[in-house]
Amino acid sequence: MSIPKNLLYTKDHEWVRIEGKVAYVGITDHAQHSLGDITFVELPKIGEEIKQASYCSTVESVKAASEVFAPLSGKVLSINTELSAHPELINQSPYEKGYFFTMEFSNEAEKANLMAADGYEIYIEGISK
Amino acid sequence: MKLIFEKHKDGRRGFSYGSNCVLEAKLLPRKYCRAKAAILPSLSELDVVRHYTNLSRLNFSVDTNFYPLGSCTMKYNPKFTEKVASFEGFLQLHPLLPQLSGGGKLAQGSLEVLYETEKLLCEITAMSAFTMQPLAGAHGELTGVMLIAAYHKDKGSRRKYVIVPDSSHGTNPASAAIAGYQVKVIPTGPDGYMDLAEFKKELSDEVAAVMLTCPDTLGIFNPRIKEITDLAHKAGALMYYDGANLNAMLGKCRPGDIGFDVVHLNLHKTFATPHGGGGPGAGPVGVSEKLAEFLPISRVVKRSDGSYALDYNYHKSIGYIAPFYGNFGVILKAYAYMLILGKEGLTKVAEIAVLNANYCQAKLKDWYDLPFSKNCMHECVFSAARQVKYGVHAIDIAKYLIDKGFHPPTIYFPLIVSEALMIEPTETESKETIDAFIDTMIEIARLAKENPSLIKQAPLNMPVKRLDEVRAARDPDLSWKPKI
Repeated sequence: MSIPKNLLYTKDHEWVRIEGKVAYVGITDHAQHSLGDITFVELPKIGEEIKQASYCSTVESVKAASEVFAPLSGKVLSINTELSAHPELINQSPYEKGYFFTMEFSNEAEKANLMAADGYEIYIEGISK
Repeated sequence: MKLIFEKHKDGRRGFSYGSNCVLEAKLLPRKYCRAKAAILPSLSELDVVRHYTNLSRLNFSVDTNFYPLGSCTMKYNPKFTEKVASFEGFLQLHPLLPQLSGGGKLAQGSLEVLYETEKLLCEITAMSAFTMQPLAGAHGELTGVMLIAAYHKDKGSRRKYVIVPDSSHGTNPASAAIAGYQVKVIPTGPDGYMDLAEFKKELSDEVAAVMLTCPDTLGIFNPRIKEITDLAHKAGALMYYDGANLNAMLGKCRPGDIGFDVVHLNLHKTFATPHGGGGPGAGPVGVSEKLAEFLPISRVVKRSDGSYALDYNYHKSIGYIAPFYGNFGVILKAYAYMLILGKEGLTKVAEIAVLNANYCQAKLKDWYDLPFSKNCMHECVFSAARQVKYGVHAIDIAKYLIDKGFHPPTIYFPLIVSEALMIEPTETESKETIDAFIDTMIEIARLAKENPSLIKQAPLNMPVKRLDEVRAARDPDLSWKPKI
């Protein structure tokens, strides 16, 4: 299971990569693995205000439909338009080509609610027991 | 198998003799006529008979195979109810009749069926009144939550949350959201019950209702259910009972007695009417006394002279939620089922359903992981986690079962169990059938270890082999198009 060191993680298995004021958001390798082959994604709208830990996207696999929650609060800047035609990118490349959207986050302090890679690793070991 | 369109041959015809008592119709005004003829296949009568007969032989149904689909209560649908539903007096009745002047007199039997079914369901669930209108379970849920909203609105209270546990049916949060509420989800504790501490934390005077399935989707009856309903009532919230699992409780325990205010039932599950493609369903909703005035109109009432009539005079009613009186034929079948089984029969249903599920659980627990090892109610939930180590997933087990003549159990639900296999044998299956299923499940557990590829290839004996489910979902091709 891949857990890149340069990302922050949520308990609901979203990741966030921070580049200045912009954050890239997606779901983790663990999440795509447990969902199985992903068949559909519903992304937020550009310009939409989203709130940390609140619903922001839906992801559907052959097994189930799941909600994706915003890792940080802020405004959606762009969405990964490739995903509508190629949802399999989330399975193939969850941290790169399979990212969901980018956002401008508004509250630096919210980062404290996220986990670093080693914390997330311990967390998923705990829940898969 | 070819589609009927692909069997088309120019000029081929069937024959049926026309009726000579129908007057020649006037042509429709030109603007209503289609410009080009519809593309319909030309076939002989024999072509058509063979096509549909062969199609019907591909059906996988309760009438042909064991169908232990968890949470769906796919029990056998006894044929006497079909016979009752096809009595001429019911079959030829127009649903508008009781609304016409003098028409009520001609529909007394049907009105009595609606009235009496309501009374029986009230007795079974300890509710005050029922509406028969909802056309399926989820429709009943939406109706129930709308009733809850109407109740709070009438009291002038503005509540915005509905609480559901994470083991609930997916339709529960969906129904609450469609009715305009925000959903709060409570996790399941390590003991398999809704986490009571979390529940207490989320409960407030902003909570309109708590929706519970009881027994829950793990097939477990929550022993602290009364405590939960008491806490909710103290906070001014109403308790909603999802009746999908009522089969386990029939005659044993009544939702109203343990504090539920709103109940929906799936007549097509508990009361043995067809569903799963053979439907339609019926999802009547029952309420406690304080909610009765909000029920949909019309309602069937019994007059002092013993006759039945429709009553529209409920000014707080949420209105119509379906045409006429719901799926009347389904209600009629459920009524016949209840009368034939009676109180003792219905109680026995619950007893045998629970016994059969526990028998499956006991026989299979050495072979499959049991995430919550308690005595179950009407269904048991295993995890295929042990088989996953050999590369065999719940979906592979399901496919292999099809090859062996069994409908698979529900898989990947409840979501809180990874690789879930949810088995509900129901009371209508014989020990021989259940044993044959158990033997096959044990065979699968063995094969998973010794020869997993055999399971991963299944099904091999079906009209189609393993389908590409991912492609079917990503790139659906659902309609036949003529080659031009």
